[in-house]
Amino acid sequence: MASIALDSVRKKFGGRDAVRDVSLDIPDGELMVLVGPSGSGKSTVLRLIAGLEQPTSGRVSIGGRDVTGLPPQRRDLAMVFQSYALYPHLSVRDNLSFGLRVRSVAAAEIEPRIVHAAQLLGIEGVLDRKPSQLSGGQRQRVALGRAIVREPQAFLLDEPLSNLDPALRLETRTQLARLHRRLKATMVYVTHDQEEAMTLGTAIAVMKDGAVEQTGRPMAVFDRPANTFVAQFLGSPAMNLLRGTAAPALESLAPPDRRADVLFGIRPHDIAISSPEEAEADARGLVETVESLGSVRIVHIAAGDKERVIVRVVVPRDARVAPDETVGLRFRRDRVHIFDARTGCRLN
Amino acid sequence: MMPWSRRLATVGSVAIVAAGLIPVYWTLVASLSPEASLFTAPSLIPTALVFDHYRALFAGLAFWRPIRNSLVVAGTTTVFAVAAGSLCAYAIARLRFRGRNLVLAAVLAVSMFPQIAVVSPLFLMLRQVHLIDTYPGLVLPYMTFAMPISIWLLVGFFRQLPPEIEEAALVDGASRLQAFRKIVLPLAVPGVTATAILTFLYCWNEFLFALTFTLGPERQTVPVAIALFRGQYQVPWGQVLAGSVVATIPVVLILLVAQRRIVQGLTSGAVKG
Amino acid sequence: MFLSRPRSTADTRLAWLFAAPALGVITTIAAFPVVWTFWESLHLHDLRMPWLARPFVGAANYREAISDPRAWSALAHTIAFTGGTVTLELGVGLVLALALSRTRPGIGVLRTAALLPWAIPTVVAALVWRFIFESPGGFANALLSKAGLMEAAPAWFSDPYAAWVPIVLADVWRTTPFMALLLLAGLQSIDPSLYEAAALDGAGQLRQTIDITLPLLRPAMLAAVVFRSLDAFRVFDVVYVMTGGGPGTATEPLSLFAFRVLFRDLRFGYGAALSVLVFVVSFSLALLWLRLTRLNEEE
Repeated sequence: MASIALDSVRKKFGGRDAVRDVSLDIPDGELMVLVGPSGSGKSTVLRLIAGLEQPTSGRVSIGGRDVTGLPPQRRDLAMVFQSYALYPHLSVRDNLSFGLRVRSVAAAEIEPRIVHAAQLLGIEGVLDRKPSQLSGGQRQRVALGRAIVREPQAFLLDEPLSNLDPALRLETRTQLARLHRRLKATMVYVTHDQEEAMTLGTAIAVMKDGAVEQTGRPMAVFDRPANTFVAQFLGSPAMNLLRGTAAPALESLAPPDRRADVLFGIRPHDIAISSPEEAEADARGLVETVESLGSVRIVHIAAGDKERVIVRVVVPRDARVAPDETVGLRFRRDRVHIFDARTGCRLN
Repeated sequence: MMPWSRRLATVGSVAIVAAGLIPVYWTLVASLSPEASLFTAPSLIPTALVFDHYRALFAGLAFWRPIRNSLVVAGTTTVFAVAAGSLCAYAIARLRFRGRNLVLAAVLAVSMFPQIAVVSPLFLMLRQVHLIDTYPGLVLPYMTFAMPISIWLLVGFFRQLPPEIEEAALVDGASRLQAFRKIVLPLAVPGVTATAILTFLYCWNEFLFALTFTLGPERQTVPVAIALFRGQYQVPWGQVLAGSVVATIPVVLILLVAQRRIVQGLTSGAVKG
Repeated sequence: MFLSRPRSTADTRLAWLFAAPALGVITTIAAFPVVWTFWESLHLHDLRMPWLARPFVGAANYREAISDPRAWSALAHTIAFTGGTVTLELGVGLVLALALSRTRPGIGVLRTAALLPWAIPTVVAALVWRFIFESPGGFANALLSKAGLMEAAPAWFSDPYAAWVPIVLADVWRTTPFMALLLLAGLQSIDPSLYEAAALDGAGQLRQTIDITLPLLRPAMLAAVVFRSLDAFRVFDVVYVMTGGGPGTATEPLSLFAFRVLFRDLRFGYGAALSVLVFVVSFSLALLWLRLTRLNEEE
């Protein structure tokens, strides 16, 4: 397995900046998740690493070697495409062995690798079928198998779970995590699903409009988002952002000279609901809606005196809250994030 | 959709199509009718069926010669046009290179040339290299329309193949050439077949070049042979119609077998009507 | 579209390698001759008088064309033929396409049968229709006299105007299926839920056709018309086989006129000028068609 590095990589399509000055360091064995909304450039970054696109400027290195000028067939990477891209006219076995046959690997060497990968993924039974005869989940595993058989320097995965139904997605997600640990593989994984990013990645890079907003370990990024975009992208329901006027009690947390133009961020899980008379309430508001998700409930509260803002709070299912009630809100002080209202950047 | 309107539509289409087929049916009947009845009022139901005309066609007029010529010319042209055309079409459809749009534009432009505009220089050129009235002397000019048609159709077909499958092959380690041979070509077989069929049909039906670049019955193709039938005093209609039927049989067979592919090819790109 | 850096020089090399055979053939066999024709049209080149060599005469051939009444007739014939056939093909083709689009999907057999006239060689079609109109054994006259429209069989091919009827009929018969096919493809790309919405709004079949189908089909119709026109303008086969341009030169289109000048009168310079005229008109139509189809795609 090898490390991957991107150095000030830029990619323009026509007049459009798809990737803007991205630098990433992915050490050997890391599962780096590139996460962001559609159009954020994450798939383009993956294709740049694979060599399917050439950067407008910047360098791509694999294992310390500069590969920017190398075509994809010489980079020794394996890629799992969103649509799986299996060869429709070849059997599963031939699909798996294609990469090895093309490199003239000896037949004696090919067979054990196929058997090993098939066992790992549970597809021994379908080796002689064609892709059109497989289910979606099976096709996905064949796509993975094709990559594993190659024993490449790194794996590239482009939204591999997005075409699966939710139940299968969860199961495959854990399988992927297990696979990563077993193979000790370097993986670059692209998704728009923040849950996948949080659970799978050993490191994540949040992208927006072609640029990397923040990188780091998932929990680190979750606990200390660098700006309001990252703060609201990770975690569900999204973080609440309040002005000081809606929660005057928090204003003291902000630096004195910046009182007027800050945003306070507080996650729905870090707010407690109390009765409105309590002196310790940081804010008061009127309950607008209560959504029941089964084991938890999401309460939408219109808070603040001067500016009404909707605050979302997650409460246990037994909590006694009803619409049109006035309640008090208590924020966990150690979980309050402070952002500059204009730039969105973190201040604390 | 209201049931009566659907029935009306079905009846209507059948009526129009049947009307279109009457001349075909009637030609067949006429070609099998005795000479005399060709000049009297016709009836849709034949009374007597004879093979006189067909016999005269092959015996006296040696109609097998034009058939052979048409087969050779159309077949050869198709093979070369599709082979060279598929390579060129792949380059245009998949490889990124400077001047790609220019090449496509040039191909398209050539397909729009009226034959009359190139027939005289081609005549002089072929005469210069002594290729008038030979097989190459027809196959080469036929490239003026066969090549652009092939390229145009195949570009359409190649573009329909999902690019990710080729990209997967590249990342798997295949060179462009290997990816083309092992992945793209097998998947393009339906498209290549449709293109070959359409190209063959155009070559089989071509008239102007065949008329100009052949001199005698040894190398004339079927359309020219039929058009130039000259009886002593009048056109030998019996044989002309019989020849027409023979000329049409391969075409009809191809159409029956491959109609879906043909329609696919016709509507996926622009083709001369 | 130029890339800042081509994907790789290996790709570029491979691309030109792949394209070379086809491009080589096209350049030699098509591009070069067209250029030659243009060049030739500026010379006096009469093969019957080789001692005149081949002097450059500038626009003399074109001046001759402008003052040649036979050239003007040929042009008029071509334009009339194009207008007539394309209009008829559009009309019948549209009706056929509309009807076909509403039949149940047993449509394969019907479509094959409908396509048959298109697959038949033009020469064969011309001969068949010529027989239908020329010979007493042909059923055109029989039908007309049975319908009581005519007494004796008119000599279609001896009349300069009547001779057009079989020509136009043969071409329309042969090409309508293709037109119908193009229009059918356009019809099938119209979102069916539009019709459903209109039905809910109270629109009947006819209303739906007028208000939804026709307007949405207009780009496809326009493209088909232009495409057929550029083909019709080049007409040669049908007329050569049916009437040879006759009676006299009454049905002679431009292509046939140019052909006669080239290969019967052996006047290659003048013939080249006439060919250039055909080329210019049909090529302009081709460019128009290209713009139209590109606009359609961008919608």
